Amino acid sequence: MALSKKTLALLAATTLGFGLVACSDSGDTGASGGGSGSDNYVLANGTEPQNPLIPSNTNEVGGGRIVDMIYSGLVYYDADGEIHNEMAESIEPEGEKSYRVTLKDGWTFADGTEVTAQHFVDTWNHAVANSHLSAYFFEPILGYEEGAESMEGLQVVDDKTFTIELNQPEADFPMRLGYSAFYPLPDEAREDESGFGEKPNGNGPYKLLEWNHNQDATIVPNENYQGERTPQNDGIKFVFYAQQDAAYNDLLAGNLDVLDSIPDSAFATFENELGDRAANQASAIFQSFTIPERVEHWGGEEGKLRRQAISHAINRAEVTEAIFQGTRTPATDFTSPVLPGYDGDIVGNDVLDYDPEKAKDLWAQADEISPFTGEFTLSYNADGGHQAWVDAVVNSIRNTLGIEAVGNPYPDFKSLRDDVTGRTIEGAFRTGWQADYPSQGNFLGPLYGTGAGSNDGDYSNPDFDAKLAEAAAAETPEDASRIYNEAQEILFQDLPAIPLWYSNLTGGSSEHVENVVFSWKDQPLYYNITKN
Amino acid sequence: MLRYIGRRLLQMIPVFFGATLLIYALVFLMPGDPVQALGGDRGLSEAARARIEAEYNLDKPFIVQYLLYLKGILTLDFGTTFSGQPVADVMARAFPVTIKLAVMALVFEAFFGIIFGVIAGVRRGGIFDSTVLVMSLIVIAVPSFVIGFVLQFLVGVKWGILPVTVGSRETFTALLMPAVVLGAVSFAYVLRLTRQSVSENLRADYVRTARAKGLSGGQVMSRHVLRNSLIPVATFLGADLGALMGGAIVTEGIFAINGVGGTIYQAIIKGEPTTVVSFTTVLVIVYIVANLVVDLIYAVLDPRIRYA
Repeated sequence: MALSKKTLALLAATTLGFGLVACSDSGDTGASGGGSGSDNYVLANGTEPQNPLIPSNTNEVGGGRIVDMIYSGLVYYDADGEIHNEMAESIEPEGEKSYRVTLKDGWTFADGTEVTAQHFVDTWNHAVANSHLSAYFFEPILGYEEGAESMEGLQVVDDKTFTIELNQPEADFPMRLGYSAFYPLPDEAREDESGFGEKPNGNGPYKLLEWNHNQDATIVPNENYQGERTPQNDGIKFVFYAQQDAAYNDLLAGNLDVLDSIPDSAFATFENELGDRAANQASAIFQSFTIPERVEHWGGEEGKLRRQAISHAINRAEVTEAIFQGTRTPATDFTSPVLPGYDGDIVGNDVLDYDPEKAKDLWAQADEISPFTGEFTLSYNADGGHQAWVDAVVNSIRNTLGIEAVGNPYPDFKSLRDDVTGRTIEGAFRTGWQADYPSQGNFLGPLYGTGAGSNDGDYSNPDFDAKLAEAAAAETPEDASRIYNEAQEILFQDLPAIPLWYSNLTGGSSEHVENVVFSWKDQPLYYNITKN
Repeated sequence: MLRYIGRRLLQMIPVFFGATLLIYALVFLMPGDPVQALGGDRGLSEAARARIEAEYNLDKPFIVQYLLYLKGILTLDFGTTFSGQPVADVMARAFPVTIKLAVMALVFEAFFGIIFGVIAGVRRGGIFDSTVLVMSLIVIAVPSFVIGFVLQFLVGVKWGILPVTVGSRETFTALLMPAVVLGAVSFAYVLRLTRQSVSENLRADYVRTARAKGLSGGQVMSRHVLRNSLIPVATFLGADLGALMGGAIVTEGIFAINGVGGTIYQAIIKGEPTTVVSFTTVLVIVYIVANLVVDLIYAVLDPRIRYA
């Protein structure tokens, strides 16, 4: 065809033209996004929040770290997990299971609207009525039911006062009030959740300046903030990284100021490379594996002996050193060393010591009850970097006890959890727990209480349940801790989960910033950071 | 010619339906439960699960889900991600940077690949030829993430010549290193392809004839040798454009680029059908269009090829 060459030229030109338009378009947005570099923001790593920034509907760390900075609750936790009043003037117990909450004067949302007791009650009811992801935090409140429109345990007395009545006494309930699910929201949030979540109006130390999805979010000090978490910087820019390696390289090059998770590839070297700007400390993340009692050979007295044998067969110190380069801390209890009330010398925790002789002995005793058949499997999700330690642990078990032990990978976390919650999983499986609020009870009740939500092994021991109830009714947090530690003595006998180690917080900061303190929650206290 | 183009474009319609159905089915058949994963370690309450499933139509049978998705697409509504963002917005953010990166990589590999390939092909067996062959062999043999990490560490962290990561600074300088890394392997292939076909064509009869006619060396090169040599190269580059756009996951991860590959990868992990299907469908269309353009370029390069 005679036309062909002209047509082609036209076609080529158009294609090129489109390409150029696309390029120049994105070039513009790129420039405006990066234009804020002139401000002296602290550059911190982050990940794209998975939900609009509604506190009770945020259950992952990417959104959580922003939510904690742009909202305030009744109380807040300091770096050590100690509790301080934030919006609450006082939280007075009235009787065993009621509290009277009085708010401080002068608190407003970022737009100047006064925060009242009604805001708290409405927000909490709204979270339950709409089945938000963190709605289970309201379970203890009288009248809670999945999807309930309003809970009768919440009563507004006046603008500054409301009362909370619980179903049963729970000593650590006031401690939970610093968790994000309990943050108050203004009325407009309940009318248009996703719109509000994009442009939140909170009462926290910071307010959201801009949020470029999948790229970054910037928060700047909120001049209406009334609390003690006073920002010491001009703002925080959270840069979202899909891979920690990229973030780490940016930290080394000085393009990132604070990193709260060092990539595996740098575990061996980061403390040398960062010097005294590196952080490596135990955190409130507990790792274990669970062997349900329903599995053949793992029930009753036989199962108890076998669990103890398995526990003695694992060399935790060696695995944490060899596999994790010292970025895990061998477990000494079922909670975490960063929590108030932690005791590293609970009676019976020697079951966590590596002792091959004792392991063989206990295993032989169990074999006398009923000889072991089949193989020991440890299931894990292959997308979480667990293979190395699982292999090390099953090797250790195989070599010590002389049984067939293998790791059983699932393609991803969700397929593992499906089989766990469906109770169709065979053998042992990986379990873990991260604290929502700094209380030992949070590590014990939800995991090992009879019928509790995350009791994946269906553990049930009336003595332990009694201790939980006793601790919940304790007069002071110190008493509660003492009882929780007694309850753990029972767990060390039964081993409903085999404790492995605590994940360490591994982090670092650049030379542009000072006062980077990592809290019990693994995150820097962003408001304390100063940038020069 | 126009009829040919029209026919090729019409072929996109069944491909579109087939691709969306197939990909939707694959995401649907993936093991595990995407809603469960939203609850994290703790799992979800029944009420929260029901709310989320209803919100994303996950409570409906497969074919209903798919038809609802198609209905949305026809009204240019690509659905929303699990984080509540419209997929159209996600695409509008991810595609520009990826197109930029892919075009830069393509230009890099085509320009240097063809030039080096022609020189090597003309001076076959010389020092330049041998050096370039060994170098390209190394580039092909070393995985691209190794090249990426090493370049990033040396050029970015150690010497500070180019930005370490891209992030929100999607400038030419920031994308330069990722584009080179992304295009490196294809560059080596283009080079070898060009070298091979140039050196073969140089010995062809028509070249001898052209020389005998009295054409100068340069004219023989540009009008006869190069034109014929570029046909396999054009085929390769056309197919490569799609690969560069969808397959840049590794490079995007290393340099923190919020592009198409990484977005699809994350969406597959989360089991988000709307995102996976929308993105891959666009990529399928890019493949088809790129192949059409390549076929048309054949006609320019080789006058013997005609479309009707």
